Amino acid sequence: MTDKSHDPNQMTGAAMIVRALIDHGVQHLFGYPGGAVLPIYDEIFQQSEVEHILVRHEQGAGHAAEGYARSTGKPGVVLVTSGPGATNMVTPLTDALMDSIPLVCITGQVPTHLIGNDAFQECDTVGITRPCTKHNWLVRDVNDLAKVLHEAFYVATTGRPGPVVVDVPKDVQFATGTYHPPRKSDVHVSYTPRVKGDATQIRKAVALLAGARRPVIYSGGGVINSGREASKLLRELVEVTGFPITSTLMGLGAYPATGKNWLGMLGMHGTYESNMAMHDCDVMLCVGARFDDRITGRTDAFSPGSKKIHIDIDPSSINKNIHVDVPIIGDCGNVLGDLLQVFKAEAKKPDIKAWWQEIAVWRARNSLAYRKNSEVILPQYAIERLFEATRGHDTYITTEVGQHQMWAAQFFGFEEPHRWMTSGGLGTMGYGLPAALGVQVAHPDSLVIDIAGDASVQMTMQEMSTAVQFELPIKIFILNNQYMGMVRQWQQLLHGNRLSHSYSEALPDFVKLADAFGCVGLQAIKPGDLDGALKEMISIKRPVLFDCRVAALENCFPMIPSGKAHNEMLLPAEATDEATAAAFAGGKALV
Amino acid sequence: MNQPASAYFLEERHDPTESHTLSVLVQNEPGVLARVIGLFSGRGYNIESLTVSETESQKHLSRITIVTTGTPMVIEQIKHQLDRMVPVYRVVDMTLTGRSIERELAMVKVRGGGDNRVEALRLADAFRARVIDATTESFVFEITGNSAKVSQFIDLMRPIGLVEVSRTGVAAIGRGPEGM
Repeated sequence: MTDKSHDPNQMTGAAMIVRALIDHGVQHLFGYPGGAVLPIYDEIFQQSEVEHILVRHEQGAGHAAEGYARSTGKPGVVLVTSGPGATNMVTPLTDALMDSIPLVCITGQVPTHLIGNDAFQECDTVGITRPCTKHNWLVRDVNDLAKVLHEAFYVATTGRPGPVVVDVPKDVQFATGTYHPPRKSDVHVSYTPRVKGDATQIRKAVALLAGARRPVIYSGGGVINSGREASKLLRELVEVTGFPITSTLMGLGAYPATGKNWLGMLGMHGTYESNMAMHDCDVMLCVGARFDDRITGRTDAFSPGSKKIHIDIDPSSINKNIHVDVPIIGDCGNVLGDLLQVFKAEAKKPDIKAWWQEIAVWRARNSLAYRKNSEVILPQYAIERLFEATRGHDTYITTEVGQHQMWAAQFFGFEEPHRWMTSGGLGTMGYGLPAALGVQVAHPDSLVIDIAGDASVQMTMQEMSTAVQFELPIKIFILNNQYMGMVRQWQQLLHGNRLSHSYSEALPDFVKLADAFGCVGLQAIKPGDLDGALKEMISIKRPVLFDCRVAALENCFPMIPSGKAHNEMLLPAEATDEATAAAFAGGKALV
Repeated sequence: MNQPASAYFLEERHDPTESHTLSVLVQNEPGVLARVIGLFSGRGYNIESLTVSETESQKHLSRITIVTTGTPMVIEQIKHQLDRMVPVYRVVDMTLTGRSIERELAMVKVRGGGDNRVEALRLADAFRARVIDATTESFVFEITGNSAKVSQFIDLMRPIGLVEVSRTGVAAIGRGPEGM
């Protein structure tokens, strides 16, 4: 036997985990200790390269890591214990899977000889997280650990990004084995995501685009995930073609909201002009989006007259909901680059003046208009003023889920990618506050605001304590209407206004609550108070909980009733009781 | 409302369904079968038959043969969803290639006496089934063939005194010199 005691690659499993994090450039780790991860926490204690952010609930760690990942493009890393630590991660893992966010989650597990024994804090972590991860591993041998950790980072961040779980039993953390730095052979040979688009398909797409008379570009979160270069190329494509562009909720910021070809967001609460353009177009270029039901509305009436081009890195996104004519499998940035090159070499900007005139007519309907009110703060007004107040700041926005989320998407203008963090696919209430923590950790000097609702914020508000401990000056801007607003809206529109359990009877006094946590509490009740209070909020360099009292019964419009087509949109000006009743007839069964 | 509306009603479309046999080459690692089955149950796909065994132990490769039914769009989805799993090497639609052989093995236990015994043996001979166990009052037949042939044999044994059946599920392989 050779003496391995001086081999620097001989170390315990726990040390390997910390070493692998360092080797992958991880600077921040979100987590919560427990029995099955104590050896790893012991290693964390004895080093200073990776900073650990202690949350108050594992779900908070997951969402914080998501916010970190979305705002930086780097993977978010989470460390939690076995059993409840792992099960509390299920929501953020599913959220990250739905929105294609790279997360590496390391879970502790009971010692290998106890697995299957219903041991204390045991659960079948790989079994439970199998459907909510891109891939997961249970490591039974310390000598496999380095390979698995490196593979985990690779799988999470390449192809269509997503969450992965590495489950490490406690005895494996204690055992000593051989570590190796990341190398190519660490990855399954069966895992080969396709990055480059097929040249023939790209040529077909260019031919369609060049011949278009009523084109529209519809971009999604894939463009953001692909990296800044993809957003740049998307902007260039819009410039070169002169085409109108809309985006999904996830794709906001890839094209600037002030850009002249911007139609606004599309979908259920998107603008009239974007949805009408989608419905009436002759060529649709979908870049990194997935024809989700919130986008398509009624699928058999979705953009009936168009040829559809779909760029996506995940072949299973192609033809899933909507049949497309020219699928291009590859990374958005890579394909956009090739497509632009071919377009510039072989095509001319088509003349689409008549189409822009049609769009101008739709735009003139001013679908985001709302009645001003000098007595109560309207939520739309609150977001508009917040947007104004943050101009000139380096701002990142996260949201919870519900009406406030849609108003934020409609009224806050995003100029850059990676500035907008919201739970799109899963629709996780309680996402925004911990996500804001993650964003603030990554961007300590920036202005990070969680646009929240009074119901959502209560789901993860324990994380305010984390904000105080780590001096993360996040701003929690609550549009407080004392209802679960979106639930109430659907109950009003679809269930005879029977407001079953959508009213929050006993809301906390948010200002006092802020005080109790050691944050700053602010409140605005009248429209006249708003600007001053917003200014104060932004100037405070500590976590702030802002209780913005808004009109209780405001509905979020425009709206495509679910199950209806894009051209059956309900605009706020037309949303009389009768029109609303007619528009929603028969849609009750839909989500 | 009689027309399909929104993505939620996609399943209610009565597009004709097809049966496809898929060969899936996977890394033989713990949980890989659970992943594949979980995909089918989680996304509401059908499994008509499932066969799995390690085929190349040196390379830790297993081959899973799945017979599934669905609309052409769903079959396409199933293949893509399988293909994007990390431990999956390749997915081949044996039905689409049109050049595959499918076989299934069944063991069929029949109980009876007198004329029924004679009849059972006569049918077994016609179907090229072998007797692999016999007592004075029973036989176990081994039959190999495509699923239709196996089913037909079982149906014929029913009136004679069918006790139980154990079927392996379908295994498939392409014709000609090329591998998958």
